[in-house]
Amino acid sequence: MFTIISRIFHFGVKNFWRNGWLSTATIVIMTLSLIVSLGLIMFGVVTRAAADSIQDKIDISVYFNTTTSEDEILNIQQSLEGLSQVQSVDYISRDQALATFQQNHANDPVISQVVNELDTNPLEASLNIKAKDPSQYGAINDYLSSPNLASYIDSISYTQNQDVINRLATIVRDVETGGWLVTIFLALVAGLVVYNTIRLAIYSNRDEIGIMRVVGASNSLVRGPYVVEGLFWGGIAAVFSVIIVTPACYFLSPYLNEFIPGLNLFQYFYTHILQLFLYQLLFGVVIGSLSSFWAVRRYLKN
Amino acid sequence: MIVFQGVSKHYSGHGVALEDTSFQIDPGEFVSLAGRSGAGKSTVIKLLIGEERPSKGRVFFGQYEVNKLRDNELPAFRRHIGVVFQDFRLLPNKNSYENVAFALEVAGRPQREIDELVPQVLDMVGLGDKMKNFPNELSGGERQRVAIARAMIHRPEVIIADEPTGNLDPFHTFEIVKLLEKINQLGTTVVLATHDKEVINSLERRVITLDKGRVIRDEKKGKYILV
Repeated sequence: MFTIISRIFHFGVKNFWRNGWLSTATIVIMTLSLIVSLGLIMFGVVTRAAADSIQDKIDISVYFNTTTSEDEILNIQQSLEGLSQVQSVDYISRDQALATFQQNHANDPVISQVVNELDTNPLEASLNIKAKDPSQYGAINDYLSSPNLASYIDSISYTQNQDVINRLATIVRDVETGGWLVTIFLALVAGLVVYNTIRLAIYSNRDEIGIMRVVGASNSLVRGPYVVEGLFWGGIAAVFSVIIVTPACYFLSPYLNEFIPGLNLFQYFYTHILQLFLYQLLFGVVIGSLSSFWAVRRYLKN
Repeated sequence: MIVFQGVSKHYSGHGVALEDTSFQIDPGEFVSLAGRSGAGKSTVIKLLIGEERPSKGRVFFGQYEVNKLRDNELPAFRRHIGVVFQDFRLLPNKNSYENVAFALEVAGRPQREIDELVPQVLDMVGLGDKMKNFPNELSGGERQRVAIARAMIHRPEVIIADEPTGNLDPFHTFEIVKLLEKINQLGTTVVLATHDKEVINSLERRVITLDKGRVIRDEKKGKYILV
């Protein structure tokens, strides 16, 4: 058994070197396909960042009557935090709201003067609520609209921004679903390209397979070296794909950052490079060896 | 040892390749299958090594009933036979040494035995100095000698040669025939399919003559006669 395995490996390595041009052509095609696969992973990162950045812009604010005490507001904040749909609730007191307002309008002397002339703080305290998922703002709004809270609350921004929030929620959902569909489709295309390339490579070896069969080689001894070759093709293509994508990511990263603030693609790539390389290696090696395994199958009859 | 019992082979759309053919070959014999192109010689060989299955009849090789062997049983069966083809069928990516060694490697023989046997057999066929040459660096006669070395190295019970001299000049033809005779003298059964009159007449051995898929003559010391 050990002899057979070592011979399979030995034949595979020898074929790999002696079929130099065939190996080169196959590795080039596999590298391109693996670049697509790596590109898809990065595309996933970008769409997720884009969706997060949109999601981050959505929230609802609930404004309390000036008569509502801070304790009552903090109680409501606590009850909101207990809701499963809620991700975070920020309390903005009346004083904080005024300070922010003054800060925002510090360069506008008219507004500053008006504010200073007022005896009392006209701004209301508020709670800023972010949901875990944009589609859940409706449920949070329903909770806040319940009759037992009506006496404390002056207004809820959801009612005013409902259309915008729903539209943004749809965009987030569409970006995520679309990203998945594109990923699945292109991954299938990449897989098929690799499979067909390897099929052609094996097809050009069909006479040799016939000779091996006539000499009495068992199916595993005929097939094994091609599977080993497939492993090599996949492994080498994985290395090349990461080498090529690294500088591409480096140059593209600043441009993407302009569109999606907070996204640093190259940093993501750099910190996850080992994980990404392992994905590539797994994809390359699995598809390379499986394609060889299947492609040889049809020549193993008679 | 080899028995054909009422064997027919029909190809759909291409007529009859073999019709109700019966004969027996005993161990140690040197048998020539004679006949024009298309007489059925190659079909007999394909049926014998399990490359094709008969439409009717049975083919026996030792304890094997070849027509009943499953695909996964064929490799082990073929290790009892050495086959030599007109087009040599050498592996282009392996040198002479590796091509010959391959027949032992597929049989799972240990490396030490391979290292010892391959140079001996290549020496025997006169290619001791061309062990590292690839098929495309050898002449037709040399390639056929590598093929014969590969066919005989695992000491098969039978060597089957399908038009082994078809692509060779008279000088190399004579060389190959001598080599086959030598192998036969060492005790291996040889089945030689050929349409070369000179070869058959020089051998003075058993000749089975085929015509239009039927055995028309079977003589102990035969000559090349088609009518």
